[in-house]
Amino acid sequence: MSARRIWLKRAAALLGTGLLPLSHAAHPAPPGLTRVVSVGGDVTEIVCALGAEQCLVGVDSTSTHPASLNGLPVVGYMRALSAEGVLSLAPQVVLAASQAGPPVVLRQLADAGVKVVRVPAGYSFESLLAKLDVVAEALALQHAGEALAAELNARWQECTALVAQLRARRAQAPRVMYIMAHGNAVMVSGTQTGADAVIGLAGGRNALEAMEGYKPLSAEAVVAAAPDVIVVSREGLEMAGGVEGVLAMPGVAMTPAGRAGRVEAFDAVFLLGFGPRLPEAVSALATALGR
Amino acid sequence: MAQSLSVRGLFRARRDGSYAAASTGYALLALALMMAVVCGVALGAYAIPLPRLGDALLMRAGEGLAAADVHVLWSIRLPRVLLAVICGAALALGGCALQGLFRNPLADPGLIGLSAGAALAAALAIVLGGQLFGPLARSFGLYLIPAAALLGAALAAWLILRLASHHGRTSVLMLLLAGIAINALCGAIIGGLQFVANDDQLRNLTFWTLGSLAQGRWPVVAITAAALGLGGVVLWRLRLQLDALNLGESAAYHLGVDVQRLKLWLLAAVTLMVGVSVAFTGIIGFIGLVAPHIVRTWLGPSHRHALLASALLGAVLLVSADLAARTWVAPAEMPVGVLTSLLGTPFFLMLLARRRHGFD
Repeated sequence: MSARRIWLKRAAALLGTGLLPLSHAAHPAPPGLTRVVSVGGDVTEIVCALGAEQCLVGVDSTSTHPASLNGLPVVGYMRALSAEGVLSLAPQVVLAASQAGPPVVLRQLADAGVKVVRVPAGYSFESLLAKLDVVAEALALQHAGEALAAELNARWQECTALVAQLRARRAQAPRVMYIMAHGNAVMVSGTQTGADAVIGLAGGRNALEAMEGYKPLSAEAVVAAAPDVIVVSREGLEMAGGVEGVLAMPGVAMTPAGRAGRVEAFDAVFLLGFGPRLPEAVSALATALGR
Repeated sequence: MAQSLSVRGLFRARRDGSYAAASTGYALLALALMMAVVCGVALGAYAIPLPRLGDALLMRAGEGLAAADVHVLWSIRLPRVLLAVICGAALALGGCALQGLFRNPLADPGLIGLSAGAALAAALAIVLGGQLFGPLARSFGLYLIPAAALLGAALAAWLILRLASHHGRTSVLMLLLAGIAINALCGAIIGGLQFVANDDQLRNLTFWTLGSLAQGRWPVVAITAAALGLGGVVLWRLRLQLDALNLGESAAYHLGVDVQRLKLWLLAAVTLMVGVSVAFTGIIGFIGLVAPHIVRTWLGPSHRHALLASALLGAVLLVSADLAARTWVAPAEMPVGVLTSLLGTPFFLMLLARRRHGFD
């Protein structure tokens, strides 16, 4: 096929997507239920945990769990939403995580008559319950919300018991360093991050508590931080070239974690999502730290 | 008056000679702009079938007219397309005027630090806005970042002008060097801000520098249109003096052009137009550099044509790029700054390749 014909076909396809209302037909919400667009991985997980997955007509690109969301239209990255894109899914409610934006777009959605519900953020179990409250109320699923809250509370108690039990076994909380690797930039987590919070919940101590936020990794700072365990996201582990790659990062070999080869990899969405899987995530990290 | 008459007389002959080529060019550009605007209004992530589109445009209660159609068309899509027309024209006009001033086809609004100044101020507002201004920041609401960016662009322009002026004369070479220095300085401070920014702020900053027309609302359209109008009138009045400047500064001076006054007015007009555009759209590269360049290879160097045609071409480029940004990955959206380069570069290279034969 000549280049020109390919271009013509693409142009026709572009025209077609603009003129035909196809996205509505692909994902009809069952009659009587609210059509919901969910923005934010944690928010979407809560919607699904409430048993309202069939209400979803669209999610943002950070909503990757559960895998059954795969076929849903994706409205883009949560900070760069498109007003028309979201409206094209004809939602009645948009559940927006606190980072969602830009603000103009959220205002345009509200002006168009869509109920925009901001879901508060936070790195704690209490904030998870607060998120759950807001989402359950927005979907008029208060009963399911209360049931889920009770279940989460029970799981959280198990989790904290496990953390306390593991904690009692050692004299000191293990020093933990969280590494985030995207492309060439290798960043480590200071305080005020989800990683810092989850390390604390799991009974560890952030090895880099002297700095705030994610900062580029510096070999000397790593040595000085002297982590006992290095936690890394699965993607980060792959990017670094496996455990050996992480151990070969500047400075890491000279740390206790580097000498003992203690690198633990987790799915970042699972570990740092602060959604309904928080008790499991904290338990898993605590178990890994206690090894 | 007598001064400008002599300039006018000098360039009359060439203007008449290129008239036929220019009118074809204008016809093509106007047609392209019309097509781009029609497509921009007709197409989007939110599908409005053609019959309903007419009803929604006229706000006529037709069969199956949904309130949502009218809202999407009138509150989201139309202002956005108009904002693309205005900002595209402003960026291209700004680039055209600066290329004339510097007598260098590589000049663009980024070169004299306008974009860098705006970006620095926007970064300050994003990263430190809450702490620095507190209640003031909240009262600005959606306009905080644009207001900061405009102020930053104006400050950068003023600073560069001060650095380049000596004894009431502004050196173009110094403008260029001061621009480079200011660019480097702003880049360094933005880097520092990125370092202290938290994750949220960092991502917001990244998206700001990629450019977007999502701010397109009627008040924004009105503000940018006013800036384009004011700046455009000033540049249009300077067109013959810019032509004279093509011959060199001293030649222009001997033709009766007040070169210093020309520089000041030109910088003021460009700062106003480009500063206001950048304030609302973030950094959209390429258009200011390439639209005037394409127009010059096509219609010749006369600023009468270069200014008008640049504005038209800039508008066409940005409306098309934004249409692609809105529809390509719908219901998501691409950063438009990425697409202006993606769409413009092949066209630009094609023109260059064709012109190369002329040099052989």
